[in-house]
Amino acid sequence: MADLTTNFAGITSPNPFWLASAPPTNMGSMVERAFDAGWGGAVWKTLGEPIVNVSSRLAAIDDGNSRMIGLNNIELITDRSLEVNLKEIAECKKKYPDHTVIISLMVESKREAWHEIVKKSQDTGADGFELNFGCPHGMSERGMGAAMGQVPEYTCMVTEWVKEVSELPVIVKLTPNVTDIVPPARAAVKGGADALSLINTINSIIGVDIDTMIPYPNVNGMAAHGGYCGPAVKPIALNMVSELGRDGEVNVPISGIGGISDWRDAVEFLLLGSNNVQVCTAVMHYGYRIVEDMIDGLNNYLDDKGFKSVHDIIGKSVERVTDWGNLDLNYEVVARVNNENCVKCNLCYVACEDGAHQCFSFDKDGYPVVDEPECVGCNLCALVCPAPGAIAMERIDDGGEKRTWKEMTSEDA
Amino acid sequence: MSKYKSRLTTEEIEANFAEIDPKLSEAEALFEANKCLYCYDAPCTNACPTHIDVPSFIKKIASDNLRGSARVIFDANPIGGSCAHVCPVEVLCEGACVEKTLVEKPIQIARLQRYATDHAIDNSIDLFEIPESNGKTVGIVGSGPAGLSCAAYLSRLGYKVTVYEKREKAGGLDTYGMAEYKMTQQDSLDEVEMIERMGVEFRLNTVVNSGKQEGRSEGAQDGVSAAEQDRETAGKRDGETNLKPETRNLKPNEIDFTDLIDSHEAVFLSVGLGKTNDLGVPGEDLEGVLESLEFIEAVKSRNWNEVPLGDAVAVVGAGNTAVDVVTQAKRLGSPKVMMVYRRTRRDMSAFDYEYELAKSDAVEFVWQASPIEIVGNGKVEALRCKKNDGSEEIFDIPCDMVIKAIGQKKRTAFYDGAGIETDEKGRVVIDESMKTSLDKVFAGGDCVNGGAEAVDASQAGKKAASGIHRALFGEDIEFAGL
Repeated sequence: MADLTTNFAGITSPNPFWLASAPPTNMGSMVERAFDAGWGGAVWKTLGEPIVNVSSRLAAIDDGNSRMIGLNNIELITDRSLEVNLKEIAECKKKYPDHTVIISLMVESKREAWHEIVKKSQDTGADGFELNFGCPHGMSERGMGAAMGQVPEYTCMVTEWVKEVSELPVIVKLTPNVTDIVPPARAAVKGGADALSLINTINSIIGVDIDTMIPYPNVNGMAAHGGYCGPAVKPIALNMVSELGRDGEVNVPISGIGGISDWRDAVEFLLLGSNNVQVCTAVMHYGYRIVEDMIDGLNNYLDDKGFKSVHDIIGKSVERVTDWGNLDLNYEVVARVNNENCVKCNLCYVACEDGAHQCFSFDKDGYPVVDEPECVGCNLCALVCPAPGAIAMERIDDGGEKRTWKEMTSEDA
Repeated sequence: MSKYKSRLTTEEIEANFAEIDPKLSEAEALFEANKCLYCYDAPCTNACPTHIDVPSFIKKIASDNLRGSARVIFDANPIGGSCAHVCPVEVLCEGACVEKTLVEKPIQIARLQRYATDHAIDNSIDLFEIPESNGKTVGIVGSGPAGLSCAAYLSRLGYKVTVYEKREKAGGLDTYGMAEYKMTQQDSLDEVEMIERMGVEFRLNTVVNSGKQEGRSEGAQDGVSAAEQDRETAGKRDGETNLKPETRNLKPNEIDFTDLIDSHEAVFLSVGLGKTNDLGVPGEDLEGVLESLEFIEAVKSRNWNEVPLGDAVAVVGAGNTAVDVVTQAKRLGSPKVMMVYRRTRRDMSAFDYEYELAKSDAVEFVWQASPIEIVGNGKVEALRCKKNDGSEEIFDIPCDMVIKAIGQKKRTAFYDGAGIETDEKGRVVIDESMKTSLDKVFAGGDCVNGGAEAVDASQAGKKAASGIHRALFGEDIEFAGL
């Protein structure tokens, strides 16, 4: 059994799995049930001036038999009073002293307002704050949430305000709705952030009801853009996490968020530089119980790989991410078909024919054959292949000297 | 026959004859459709005699384009609804799906197909635009699968098509010969109606007579008959094109085949097969000796108490029709049903899953037994057999009903009367355009292949439509899955 205990910016948790600030952390009874299920921490549904929500609020995209690969919401921050939330946080923390409770905050862009809510909140026993600079819908129209996170100067400024009074570690939650994640991250660090969390949800319209022609989710015939999350956003989140992992100036812990549904997703975030992870959509889909396999799977993975602690894998893949210009142009792989595992669906053939480099044909028994000199090693055939072990991408270069685009262009110069 | 009383209540029988593969719910259909890999140059399509683009129609179910899905199916197979019910998919599309695959169970192609075809049929959706008349007419003899298919394709090319059918309902074996738990008569008639809406005219209760007497009447199930009386005017006529029966000494519902040829630019023969073969043993005239198709047809009426049924039924034969007979006899409530076959289990021609079905219906099997006599005093009392295991032992199988299910006769008399060449097995000889030895006359389906699946007949009808069009307009038409 590996040690799953994490220390995140001085906050100790039994495991790296936190619930993200969202409906699953709406109130004390929910967070307590989550802790009972095994969650290591919870970021409370964002506190602030209570709002009024609309109905309906959620919409999703499915893919084939997979429901909800992407979820979008137009729900706002908590609709419960600050006093009730703080009381429940204190009770919860008292009952679960070893579990992490983080208070997510969002108030109007006034120094006094931030000072006030931080002061009111920090004697609840909570372990830290998360500043919600990411909510992309509704709150941003009121100058809060993503409206903060999209302007590095504001991010820095508000972080400073909070840090002026906070006695607890401060995590700044970033919005992905920017062209470059690095400047707002650096701004938060400059403002004194003890840690960062990302990504918040992505601006989105999830779809349109093609019968009524009203986009989802329908609020009395109208719709507004919402925040997109779920398995489909994971690649975007991984990229942003890795960019911060690679950035020399962002030297604070990162809480990875975005489409994490099982332990493997979590491991990927950890490898790319997250110090822990936050989960929401998968819990909204399947319930708190999914954490059991997250813990179990991560444990088995660490044991199998010989790691004593979850800390040992954090950032392991960061150095494996580089700029395109540093990639080795001499490295060559080609597709090879293993007839024993091939089911003759011919998807490799049509994908290569119409979507790649036309290097497939068929042998006399109907098995796909790769014309290796024509194969560029793009992986497409292996990606579309439904049969495990039927197509392998195998290295064919001599493993000799590396050659990169950057080197080539600097030689030319 | 009403003296044959079933031992089951109507409710019990109805339950026994409930559809063996009920229609998928929307949720089931979507789940199943989304499982399809969407193979390219797919094995299922290649395995389908009509080459329905299976991945395409399944993808369209998944994308909620049911009309488009149904069109893909009916485009390649005008009786795609019936085939979804009765096709031996285990050895066709679904068999190919799992031939080499990731999973043990194939995609439920047949049930998905039915999900789409039901959508078109239930909503009376006309999937194909019927063009203006091209000025030519085609007569089709027999309204079974081959005839329906040919009629549909020809209509889509602008032909005025008339289908001549002896029976009071169209559809041939689709209507009268399919096991009731697979497909009801109404299922078949609904599909016929769809083809009728394409402008096809059905002349029911109409016998086409080739005019020459043969030693033995062949029956006339699909609208053909050899004349009962000697009419030596068979063959070429003197240009008479009048179809009025009285000019030819025909019965009011009879049409002379030569007149039919003269009154159309082309004729398609899809007359199927004749009566069930005789056993050729003493006692076949005893009360309680039935033919398989006669029995199945009686079931199709769903007048359960009118269906002849013994307390101990010996069914002779081991083909798919024999299975249809034994399972339905069981489902009607006969306590003892036996399948009697001259050879072994390994030799039986019924598909494996049909055998399994019979087995699960508690049918008993008597292998290596050749009937030598049906014993009885006026009524069947036993089937006397000789054991074919080398012992030559003679033994009696006590029973009060014998049903013959050992294949059907060819309509030799009709072909002889019409002057249509047949092969040594009595099958109509055709060229690659599906044309017979007679000018203007094409043929396809069981009468050509000697007896196969409805889906094979459908493909034959398609080929014939193409052949007819090439003959009349010199044009090659690329029907889907030709």
